[in-house]
Amino acid sequence: MNAAPAVIYRHSWLDTLSAWVLALLWILPLAYAVWTAFHPSDYAIRFDLSAPWTLQNFRNAWEAAPFARYFFNTTLLVIIILVAQMILSTLAAFAFARYEFRGKHIAFALVLVQLMIMPDILLVENYKTMANLGLVDTLFAIGLPYFASAFAIFLLRQTFMGIPKELDEAARVEGASTLQILWRVYVPLAKPVYTAFALVSVSFHWNNFLWPLIITNSVESRPLTVGLQVFSSVEQGVDWSTITAATLMTSAPLLLAFILFQRQFVQSFMRAGIK
Amino acid sequence: MRASSSSIAGSGQRSIHAWLLLLPALVLLVTFTHWPAVATLIDSFYSTPKGVRAAVWVGLENYEVMADDPVFWQAVRNNLWFAAATIPASIGLALLMALWVNERIAGRMWVRMAYFTPTVLPMIAVANIWLFFYTPQYGLLEQVTGALGLPSHNWLGDPRTALACVTLVAVWKEAGFFMIFYLAALQTLNPSLKEAAAIEGASRWYFFRRVQWPLLMPTTLFVLVNAVVNAFRLVDHVFILTRGGPDNATSLLLYHLYEVGFKFWDTAYAAAITVVLVVVLASVALFQFFVLDKKVHYK
Repeated sequence: MNAAPAVIYRHSWLDTLSAWVLALLWILPLAYAVWTAFHPSDYAIRFDLSAPWTLQNFRNAWEAAPFARYFFNTTLLVIIILVAQMILSTLAAFAFARYEFRGKHIAFALVLVQLMIMPDILLVENYKTMANLGLVDTLFAIGLPYFASAFAIFLLRQTFMGIPKELDEAARVEGASTLQILWRVYVPLAKPVYTAFALVSVSFHWNNFLWPLIITNSVESRPLTVGLQVFSSVEQGVDWSTITAATLMTSAPLLLAFILFQRQFVQSFMRAGIK
Repeated sequence: MRASSSSIAGSGQRSIHAWLLLLPALVLLVTFTHWPAVATLIDSFYSTPKGVRAAVWVGLENYEVMADDPVFWQAVRNNLWFAAATIPASIGLALLMALWVNERIAGRMWVRMAYFTPTVLPMIAVANIWLFFYTPQYGLLEQVTGALGLPSHNWLGDPRTALACVTLVAVWKEAGFFMIFYLAALQTLNPSLKEAAAIEGASRWYFFRRVQWPLLMPTTLFVLVNAVVNAFRLVDHVFILTRGGPDNATSLLLYHLYEVGFKFWDTAYAAAITVVLVVVLASVALFQFFVLDKKVHYK
């Protein structure tokens, strides 16, 4: 039906060319980083197709800083945050979607506030709170302010509201408890939204920097981003090739996931964006 | 247990259930968002506690210090400049990218991927790569300008160019992210609109201006709010690229807040700066609530 008329607006070759030029410009920094990381440091500043390939830069970086520890910390961190976010926001979203109670609108407004004023801004107060709780310099302290995600609550509430009440009632007649209904009916039906949120959350917290920088000060609790910043600061005197290798290592898991699941990634961001 | 919502006892019980479900999330939200926001406001009227001397009420003194602090004003100017440059540039590029990859151009998947990739990379990692581009003498930018016979320039070391360099990285990082939302919106537009316009003989530019652009308005507003918020939140790259220098030329509000709070440990003054940031973000929230909400309904 729309096959024939669609060609009337034929995009010109100029469009394709410009799109490609911009795409190449956009990927250039990354392509450069890959080039540098896989070649001896003499080639970091001159491009030579005959340059030998090497993994030495990765070895150097890996030995120069406790990256294994950083990887472990970051992985653990994003898992803890994700699990906490999913449990807490599922419960809250269910309450907003399926219950009528006094104070509901105020409670929902309190949730929405966090969409704009994120814990990232309230650094000093949150630091004080963590100090009072004796949690400074722990992984738990990095994650705790993010456990309750307004975004997740909002997203899941929208989804839960779209689930027919009849399913709910049918399960209730079967004698299922509220939590059983939530677990057996609502959560499975919202699976795509959970996947979308998981991708957004993992990539946000894998990349998060300022709060982890402030709340951690030792190798034991530092995530990758903070470790990378410590590693590549000017005083360290490591060469460019090693730094780019470390940089690529830090981004590799997300980058690989993105290349493998490109379609899902893009769609999940789209889904997360449309409210 | 099986409460019928009509009976009074039942609805009371359901109310308790609902609050119990909300409790964990609300406690955390209050602890790490609402209470800190209120506490920050209160703290901004007190002095910084030092050693044995507890904080004392100083009224608006922290704000007076702020008014006289040239670095604060520099950060405000920088941040406004940063916002004024990143917001239109990233949104404009995002729209252009989305229009391109929405067409059936050759290698569309690759192009789309190239645009979006910076979004998934950590800003800290990205800044490392760009740092090399800007490096004097042997950086990539230097090599290009050198090849063109232009004089050598220290891009990040010169107060006149440093902020532009920081801005460029932010635009590069954000444009692909915003593209996704435009792309999503474009794909929901009815294809028959395009056919009708084509049959009527409307030019593509006319079609964009009169049909696509107005229909993309809700998306633009959504992206705009995000871009404004990000303009006051994105500082990670400043840590790697310039540390606010040279001569505070790239100090943004959040970076200045970090320095005051965690390098000089002047928590009272930091509270006052936080209040300014919260007011900015709250204004964006109110704009979203009253303007954007009319276009994109929550229910």
